[in-house]
Amino acid sequence: MVNSHSSSILETRNLNIYYGEKKVIRNVSLKVPKRTVTAMIGPSGCGKSTLLRTFNRMNDFIDIFRFEGEVLFEGTDIYRSKTDVTEFRRRVGMVFQKPNPFTSSIAKNITWGPQINGYRGDLNELVESSLRKAALWDEVKDKLNDSGLALSGGQQQRLCIARAIAMDPEVILMDEPCSALDPQSTLAIEDLIHELKQNYTIVIVTHNMQQAARVSEFTAFLYNGDLIEFDETSKIFSHPAEKLTRDYIVGRFG
Amino acid sequence: MSQIEGTVDNPKRALREQDRSMPDKENRAIFAVNAQRRKLKEQVFYYLIFLATLSALFVLVYLIGSIFSDGWPYLNWDFLTNFPSRFPAKAGFKSAIYGTAWLGCLTLFFSVLFGVGSAVYLQELSAKGRLSSGIELSIATLAGVPSIIYGMLGLGIFVRFLALGRSVLAGALTLSLLILPVIIIASREALKSVPDSIRMGAFALGATRWQTVRDHVLPAAIPGIATGVILAMARSIGEAAPLILLGALTYIAFVPESVFDSFTAMPIQIFNWASRPQAQFHDLAAAGIIVLLGFLLICNSAAIILRSRWRAK
Ligand SMILES: Nc1ncnc2c1ncn2[C@@H]1O[C@H](COP(=O)(O)OP(=O)(O)OP(=O)(O)O)[C@@H](O)[C@H]1O
Ligand SMILES: [Mg+2]
Repeated sequence: MVNSHSSSILETRNLNIYYGEKKVIRNVSLKVPKRTVTAMIGPSGCGKSTLLRTFNRMNDFIDIFRFEGEVLFEGTDIYRSKTDVTEFRRRVGMVFQKPNPFTSSIAKNITWGPQINGYRGDLNELVESSLRKAALWDEVKDKLNDSGLALSGGQQQRLCIARAIAMDPEVILMDEPCSALDPQSTLAIEDLIHELKQNYTIVIVTHNMQQAARVSEFTAFLYNGDLIEFDETSKIFSHPAEKLTRDYIVGRFG
Repeated sequence: MSQIEGTVDNPKRALREQDRSMPDKENRAIFAVNAQRRKLKEQVFYYLIFLATLSALFVLVYLIGSIFSDGWPYLNWDFLTNFPSRFPAKAGFKSAIYGTAWLGCLTLFFSVLFGVGSAVYLQELSAKGRLSSGIELSIATLAGVPSIIYGMLGLGIFVRFLALGRSVLAGALTLSLLILPVIIIASREALKSVPDSIRMGAFALGATRWQTVRDHVLPAAIPGIATGVILAMARSIGEAAPLILLGALTYIAFVPESVFDSFTAMPIQIFNWASRPQAQFHDLAAAGIIVLLGFLLICNSAAIILRSRWRAK
């Protein structure tokens, strides 16, 4: 298991999650190390998205959501802290499975988040730097005033990543960010993830084993709500400690 | 038969399965007959519905035709710019046109302010619970209350209690109340149809509910809200009963200059002329109806154009 105690940025302690009566996360304790890419893998319905959504409290919008345990961000319990939840969401960005740009212009997609959070800097500069970091600038620099919806799916997803980056978060959560994309856009986003991990902590949910192996340093394997194994990606993919993990990775199920 | 072989270890079940397979053929025969009958039924219904549409259309065309043939000769500049008079030849529609314009603007203002505001609150901001479903039910019920009841309410609250008198303000507030349920329901539906992914995208950036609604959800819902508002406004402009109950005057030789002035409105003036014994006044009423229809047509087209512009953006 990972023992880099001091450098973990996100942590769950004995986390149980219920939707109504149904328990979907069972006693998960996990530490996400800072400035790394952590992949979450596991069969469909095992609770990857649910776990990911606790890190920025997006589960709050599901009425029947209930939990026990602790979720820590930089050592603060985000569900019990007095700090406003919007403050945590500002520092923990999210990219969704389906690209969901705002209907407004490309530039406005980038600037909206910082603006409502009181950003004082140069907005044009912010648009350019965010789009550059998301490897989208060259494709859209001449149409910054077009609607975000006028882009291709892969471009929309990179716009959503740029939108998250513009907030200068500490963590970026990605829920299957490439599942709606073609191989080329997928590669572009994987390259992007490599770039981003210099400055950000990334947690990525993926169904694609190769992708997990390519982009991540750490991998968590979830099965039916249990965290079966969490370790360095190289270890998980070469010498997993659990038979279940090995079976899943070689594609025996899931 | 392989099916039965597979289940010999359970003879009862094998029998049951056989039983079930027996009537299959009969079923098929019944279906065939059904198909023919259904085809016949469909044709009968088709013609019935066609006939119903045709008769509705006929009535409408007849009504509009007779109104135009009665009213058209009276429709001239004098009719639009004269005040009402005891003499049909000199009587005009001016105070009614002004009154309706005043009422329309004020009603639009109040009903959009309170209607869209309530819808946003109920749909986006308030906690969903028993209280909100109770409110939902009462709003749906209020939408079906006859307009004359709203007239009584307006008389009690605005005219008497708030001492607004028989003013254009009291009239507009009453009409706003009347169409508020429709606007709230339509606006809520429009808000509901905005995909959640937009809200989630905004929340994930650290937005509050209000910021999310103001900048993303509401703009996306505007076309739907506008449709509801257009329909509701068209209804309010044609209403006479609540205004009459409120005590709006039927004979007015001036135009309102402030929201506290008394007023008349197109439907009231039309009602007044139509209930007089002289045939000439009936023709004046027809001319008034033409103006009212034209007014509605202009308002609706303007709103539809605005809406499609918004959508294109
Ligand atoms: N909003 C919800 N209400 C009720 N149950 C839910 C809800 N969202 C998820 N679940 C249930 O919780 C469990 C975990 O779901 P989750 O979406 O976290 O799985 P996942 O690992 O992300 O799956 P996938 O790979 O298919 O995205 C599933 O059994 C699912 O049915
Ligand atoms: Mg998922």
